[in-house]
Amino acid sequence: MSIWEYANPVKFMRVSGAMLPWTVAAAVLCCVAGVVWGFLTPLDYKQGATVKILFLHVPAAMMAINIWVMMLVASLIWLIRRHHVSALAAKAAAPVGAVMTLIALATGAIWGQPMWGSWWEWDPRLTSFLILFLFYVGYIALWSAVEDPDSAADLTGVLCLVGSVFALLSRYAVLFWNQGLHQGASLSVAPGERMSAIYRYPLYLSMLGFFLLFLALLLIRTRTEIRKRRLAALIAREMRT
Amino acid sequence: MIALLKRDLVLATRAGGGFGLAVAFFLILCSLVPFGVGPQSATLRPVAPGILWVGALLSCLLSLDRIFALDHEDGSLDLLATAPIPLEGVVAIKALAHWLTTAVPLIIAAPLFGVLLQLPAAAMPMLVASLAIGTPALSVLGAFGAAVTVGLRRGGLLLSLLVLPLYIPTLIFGTEAIRRSAEGGQAGVALMLLAGISAAVLALVPFAAAAALRINLR
Repeated sequence: MSIWEYANPVKFMRVSGAMLPWTVAAAVLCCVAGVVWGFLTPLDYKQGATVKILFLHVPAAMMAINIWVMMLVASLIWLIRRHHVSALAAKAAAPVGAVMTLIALATGAIWGQPMWGSWWEWDPRLTSFLILFLFYVGYIALWSAVEDPDSAADLTGVLCLVGSVFALLSRYAVLFWNQGLHQGASLSVAPGERMSAIYRYPLYLSMLGFFLLFLALLLIRTRTEIRKRRLAALIAREMRT
Repeated sequence: MIALLKRDLVLATRAGGGFGLAVAFFLILCSLVPFGVGPQSATLRPVAPGILWVGALLSCLLSLDRIFALDHEDGSLDLLATAPIPLEGVVAIKALAHWLTTAVPLIIAAPLFGVLLQLPAAAMPMLVASLAIGTPALSVLGAFGAAVTVGLRRGGLLLSLLVLPLYIPTLIFGTEAIRRSAEGGQAGVALMLLAGISAAVLALVPFAAAAALRINLR
């Protein structure tokens, strides 16, 4: 029993089909519970009611970065071991990641307007998220531009590797360029910086909810991609006969 | 390899090669900026480093799709792939040819454009130095983008979408070096970081570009 068994599309379809309803249910439950619990927390002494956008902003930002890392790992698996499910999973994850980045940017703008007095600042964190979004857009565009599916998977895999290095490089290059308004890490464990427990627990719950949401969307989209691939193979066989 | 470099240089400088177009584009860009932001030197001076670097970036971008596209069309890229020199070497030579034909004229002409944009005389050496150090990275990254998009129809637009985000670190350190020396500060750190990026890109990206070429030629 090893993880590579799920590289077999038939096995992947069976297991993911069984997992899917549970994942969707858990994702809905955690997202709704996390956001509602977050909404019922008391007002912050300084930021008032705007602090409640935290429960959408932080999980979306976390997933935006982690989805890119997942795509990087999936691309590596495809480039090294040539498992098709892995390449399709990377393809399926990209639009979800792009939307998560947009959610983080949009909620950040809505939060920034009352707090900093402007919708957008060229702050290092904001800028590097914008750059991450550009990388997602380029990756998705390359997938849709190349016709041969194996070449597309290879080229996007290479682009994902190079893009990861440059996304990371840009993240630290912008620190050199401009100092920011954005606070540091949200879940710091340093004493005095730690978030109060009444905010922390609902935040954990909505992070879990966003992760499950991503997992559910990823499974649905990967299954669709596999079915599309099967359909293309069937059509190609029809054409030949 | 030297023969390949000579061939590329000759192709680029002969009629229809587009040699000098990048400088002309750069000139037009620099003369459009004062219409956009106003001709006062107080408004031009702070934006000059950024405009010069963004201009260099865009003029580099113009000729990127020529690096591999023509060779791919007439089949000489397939010959180069089976030639005794490694494909990584081909990529590096092609990027060098692109740098010699587009970036070097830009670097030579850059002080002139600096004068147009009211860049202080003290920052001129830094302008030339940062362009000389940073533009090789632009050419090699461009060769990577060109290798990825070589077989595609309408690859040019996608090429700019893929390559421009990769240019961001180079742009940041390049403009920062000029800005700091224009303000009379220390530009050494920015210049060293720029050189570091260029060195890493020169050493590593040809491998990625050659991998992308192999996929496209399969």
